[in-house]
This record gives sequence, C-alpha cells and structure tokens, in this order.
Amino acid sequence: MIIKVLRYTKEGGEREAFIEYDVQLENPTLLQALAFIKTKIDPTLSFSSGCASSICGSCSMRVNEVEKLACSYKVKDGDKITALKNMSRIRDLVVNMEESHSKNIKAKAYSEIFTSLQISQADAKINELQSDCILCGSCYSACPVFDTNSEFMGPFSLTRVFRYIFDPRENSGTKKIQNIQSHGVWDCTLCGECTLVCPMGISSKDDISALRSKSNIAGFMDPNFSAGALDFGAPTF
Amino acid sequence: MNKVLIIGAGGAGLRSAISAHKNGAEVTVISKSYPTRSQTCMAQGGINAARGENDSVEHHIADTLRSAHGVASQEAIAILCENASTEIEFLDSIGVPFSRDKSGEITQRKLGGASEARACYAQDFSGLKILHTLYDHCNKLGIKFINEHYLINLSVQNKKVFGGNFLDMQTGVTKHIEADAIILATGGYSKIYQKHSTNSAGTTGDGVAVALRAGASISNMEFIQLHPTALKNSSVLISESARGAGGYLVNSKGDRFTNELAPRDEVARAIHNEIESGSDVFLDIRHLGEEFIDENLPQERKLAKLYEGVDPIVDLLPIKPAAHYSMGGIEVNLECETNVKNLFAVGECANHKVHGANRLGGNSLLELMVFGSIAGESAAHSSSVSPEHKTTTQFESDRNFIEGIKHFTNQIDFYEKREFISNIFYNNVGLVRNDAGLKAVLAAIRQIQMEIPFMGPVDKSMHYNTNLVEFIEFGNMVELAEVILVSAISRHESRGAHFRDDIPESKDEMYATDLKVWREEGILCADFVGKTDDN
Repeated sequence: MIIKVLRYTKEGGEREAFIEYDVQLENPTLLQALAFIKTKIDPTLSFSSGCASSICGSCSMRVNEVEKLACSYKVKDGDKITALKNMSRIRDLVVNMEESHSKNIKAKAYSEIFTSLQISQADAKINELQSDCILCGSCYSACPVFDTNSEFMGPFSLTRVFRYIFDPRENSGTKKIQNIQSHGVWDCTLCGECTLVCPMGISSKDDISALRSKSNIAGFMDPNFSAGALDFGAPTF
Repeated sequence: MNKVLIIGAGGAGLRSAISAHKNGAEVTVISKSYPTRSQTCMAQGGINAARGENDSVEHHIADTLRSAHGVASQEAIAILCENASTEIEFLDSIGVPFSRDKSGEITQRKLGGASEARACYAQDFSGLKILHTLYDHCNKLGIKFINEHYLINLSVQNKKVFGGNFLDMQTGVTKHIEADAIILATGGYSKIYQKHSTNSAGTTGDGVAVALRAGASISNMEFIQLHPTALKNSSVLISESARGAGGYLVNSKGDRFTNELAPRDEVARAIHNEIESGSDVFLDIRHLGEEFIDENLPQERKLAKLYEGVDPIVDLLPIKPAAHYSMGGIEVNLECETNVKNLFAVGECANHKVHGANRLGGNSLLELMVFGSIAGESAAHSSSVSPEHKTTTQFESDRNFIEGIKHFTNQIDFYEKREFISNIFYNNVGLVRNDAGLKAVLAAIRQIQMEIPFMGPVDKSMHYNTNLVEFIEFGNMVELAEVILVSAISRHESRGAHFRDDIPESKDEMYATDLKVWREEGILCADFVGKTDDN
C-alpha cells in the first residue's frame, strides 16, 4: 500500500513535498503505518502520538483533507496525509497547539463558583458528551472562520464553556456568558464542519447554538443584528 | 515565595501544581507533551473512596493492604484512604462530571479485590474527565505551562537539587531551568514492554531513570502489574469495570476458569495459564446487554470494534494480559520527598508504598490526587536555600550530549533493539519469571548497554527531532531494564505481581520488605530495607 505524506520543514527556509511510502502491513491504522515508516523506512518522519486508543488527542491529522485521529483510522492505498490546519506547522505532521489551547483561557473554560454537591442523574447528563472532549484540535482545524478571523475562540473552547455553564452546579450568574460575547458565540457561522470531524461525536455547533440562546436569555444580542449590519427596515405603525 | 518546578503534566503533576499554588508557591509545569495528552487520560475504571453505606475507610485500608502482599506502609495506606473522600469532594467542586445514581449521589462500582463498590467514575472516561477538569482548573489559577520540553537530567549539588536540564523540542536548544524545589511527576515505565503494554507511547520511565542518575534511591522496581484484559492484537485496555459489572472470562471451550474479581495478579496468572495450555481467552460481556454497555462502557465497545473487529454486544472479546502499571519507582517518604533535598516525586513514577506488590484498581487515580496534594504542599514549603555557587557541570554535559548527536554512527538500529527488549521482557519478565530467564535477559540488556554508543538517531536535525527524543527514552528504558532485572533476580520468592515458577512461595522472614536500589560511584547497589542489616 502506498500512502503520501506531506513532509514539511522550516530548517533552511520553508519547504514541503508529498513523499510516497510503501507500507507493508495488513489493514493497519494510520498510526501503525506512520510508526512503520518511522521505525523501518525513514526515522526523520515527525508526528505526535500517545495512547493509540483514541483518548489522548495527540495524533490528529488530515487524511484527504478531512481531520482524523491516526490511531482510529484504517489507512487506504493512495491516502494523502497532511497536518492540521489553522495552527502553525512545526515539522511534517506536527503542529503548534499553544495558540489554540490559549483560547481556553480566553474563553474562561473552567468552573467559576460551584455550589451543591448533589445533582440529579438527568442533570448530570446535560454535559456528559461535552466533557468527552480530548482536545485533539480536529474541530479547530476544520473551522472555516479562522480563514478570516484568527481571534475567534473556536469550537472546542466554546464546547468547554458550554460544559461549565450548563453544569447545574455552576452559580456565577451571567459572568461567564458575558465573556463569550466578543470573538465568541456570534463569530461562528454554524456551518457544522466541526461536528462532522469530532472523533468523540461532540457537536460544537449545537453547543454554540445553545450558548447563543443562553446569551439571548441573559439579555445579550447578536451584534450582527444590533449594529445595523443587517437592516431590514423598521416597521411603522 | 518558593519557585516550584513540576516535571510532568498528568494527573499527579496537575494536582501537585494546584496544591503548590494554594500553598503560595510560584508554579511552573513542564512536560514533554501537552498536559491533556498524558497517561492519566487512559484510566477508565474509577477512583476509590469509601463512601457507601456498608463501606468504611477501615475496609478500604484492609483491602489495599491485603492486595499489597506485605510490602506496603500501613501509615501511607491510611493517608491514602483517609483523604479519599476529601479528594472526591475537591474534584466534584471543580466540576468533574461523575456518574450519578437516582438520588443524585456520586455512584460507585466494584473493582477487583475490593470488598465493596468503591470506585467513583465518569462512565469509562474517569481519567480523561478528571485530567481535563484539573487542567481547566490550572488555567483558572493561571498556572504556567511549558510544553514540549524533554527532561534530560537534574542538576544536583551537595545532594540538593537546584534545577533541571531540558531539550526544547521545537528549537533543539538545551535549557537549564532553575527552581527551589522540583516535583517529578513523570509517570511509569511499562512502555518497556512496548506493544505488550496498555500504556501511552511516552510512558518510558524518564523521571525514574533521571532520579537514579541524580542520586535518588528507587525501590520495588520488580513489581510491574500486567492488566488481565488487554485486547489480544493491540494491547488496548479493556477496563476492569467490564468484569466489575459482571463480565466473564472464558476459555476456548467457553468455560469460566477463575474468579473474575480477584486481584489483578491472580486473574492475570489464571489467564496466562490458560494461554500456556494452548487455549484462547475471551472476555464475555454479551449478557450485560446493549443498553448497559452503551451507558457504562461506551469506550470499550468502540475500541473493541475498531481494534479487534468485534462487537462486545454479540461477540466474545479476545484478550491477553499486558503490562499496565509500575508499582515501583522513586523512593519517597510520607511528604513525597526523595533522599535528594528539595526533590519530590509523586504518582506512578514514585513509590508511595501504597500498592506494594500489586495495585488495586481505582487506587492509582486516588494516589495521584492524595499524594499530589501532599507533594505540592511539601514542595511549596521546602527550604529554598540553593547552593551559593551553582555548578554548571551537568548542564554542560547535557548540552554537549545533545549537540553531539550528529556524531552518533547508528550502525545498530535502536528501534529493532527496543522491539527485541519488549518481547524478551514480556516472555521472561512478565507474569511468570525464573532465575534462568531473568539472567538471560540481563545478559542481553548488558550487551545492549555496550552497543548504545554504536546506535543513535538517524535524524540529525535540531528541529523537533522525535527520533532523538525516542533514542534518549530508549536509553532510559535500558537503564531501568537493568534495575528491574537485578531486583527481580534478587527477590528469591514470589509475591504479588512478581511470580517465579522456580520459587512459587513467599518468604516473609527474608523478603516482606522494600527492595531499594541506588547508584554509588556509578555502581548499582540493591538492598532489602531492614532485612539484610539485621542478619
């Protein structure tokens, strides 16, 4: 089986090229194929990996321009493997995730004031899925908003905010909602690309929609409407 | 204000960071990866705390002590179990989404060797959700993270640590980072078994090897837990909670052959014996039903389908035991301090004397919480007196080593040797050991040590060189392999995870104690604490 990997280096100027590798393995995952290349063919191939059980989020990359975890994707002949988008590349398939992770701090993706230790079984389900996030960055890579808006908090950070805001133990009022108004929920186009690529089945798009409703209830408005950007004319009586 | 440097950003590192911060220290967490990528995310079963009506701290202590087979500290186990509920409440207060029962209480399940349902859990994502919530809380506190920096060595003067030397993986630059106190939270060493291990790629024992080189003692390195149920082809872990919920172990004839909820060492050996007799072994959870499996074991179902091509709702899961947890590690006292001043260790890289010869499921997440809290506090209050004239010898040597990589000849492929070691370890230093097998492996390891100068990274780049990092990790594993073998050979008995078919009985009068290992002038020394001196 031949797979093509986009090699990339910054040493001596930026250069990139697809290199073909012949992987002599039966029905491997992409991660097994990359490990085969590194240990048997070319030790200079660079990629990140960890648990090999789809839970540590290290080996996210793109296959034929779609985000996948290398450890949970069965690689096919002719597949083209590239690094995640919207993050600066370091080498080959390794990207710098510092900036994307810093959005968690900007979005204040943590608990503020938690009260009451008892919550119902049903309430505990509210954010069960959102807390499955493994921070692999697939959604961040797939998000088209970053093409024009690098300040956007991005899908995973907003899903994390959802997780804490919708936790029935959170008791900080509208403070957390206020923090995601600028470069937050309203910058999303609700295109759903993030939902399609999440290996854990999380829909940041749905979470952002829910955060928008919560924002409306808290008295915040979509700035695209309030600033007169879209003026349909006021009705007269 | 003490500058505390925490090396390793898994659960133990993050819990220590929160605690050191609370105790007024200026905290930096440095790791070779990113915080949420550590081994902790793979813990599935849960975290123990005696909270049920019929349970008590005394029962938890008794179960842990029994499973430790006489080599643990009662005092340390008491600290572990008494602080369990406080740590659960702390996790609850920062937002860990524990699974709940109908009355809204945190629900608990029974794991192997436990007399009660004692493990609090979040489906089968317990470690993942605890780790990520700790990370979010660190972000709230403004704790500083330095990612993708690989620890090479510690700088020590007059038996006092004053900094660490790191390879900045992105730039290839060797850096010295000074600190008043250092906490090693670098994880275990089960990846010596490579493809026969359930662990993450980075679980290469770096901190343990570094501590040994820095003059710290390490102990009980021969006690390595093989988890009974890893998927046969991929060694992907199937949590003990599958058996806790009522899963059966069956052989090729479809017969059950052991008590599925005995401690891990017993279950793993029973499986080993079936496999040795030519049978395959399967985990059967079909009778639990689709609804229960999807609710409580969603990750297991996904992994089984992906890696083994079987669906546990209708199929048997083919399994084998695989290296899972290192009970041994850096020798620490109850304050988590090593015998090197201002150097602390916590979590799997340390030997907190709570697991002894066999760890109970649900006690490792608890260990990193309880002792993480203690380590952070100890480090924050440690004496901050650093040596006046700090020697730069270690830093220069580490920098020269990194800069010298281009001169390594690479006549021998270390990846091949890594695979070779993993196979001989699984077959001879696994569930069943004996003198002849252990000595043969030791001879092979000593040969590989001689060959290391003829190995090296092929990749000569200074730029994110994973080939180089893997080579240094390999060196650390080879160093620890020797220690494990010397320890296993010295322990002339069977105890917990260390089972020898040439001496199947325990010999309490000689060996019911820790086996401590350290280096003196480069020579490896080993001693059974409190035993040999008395003779």
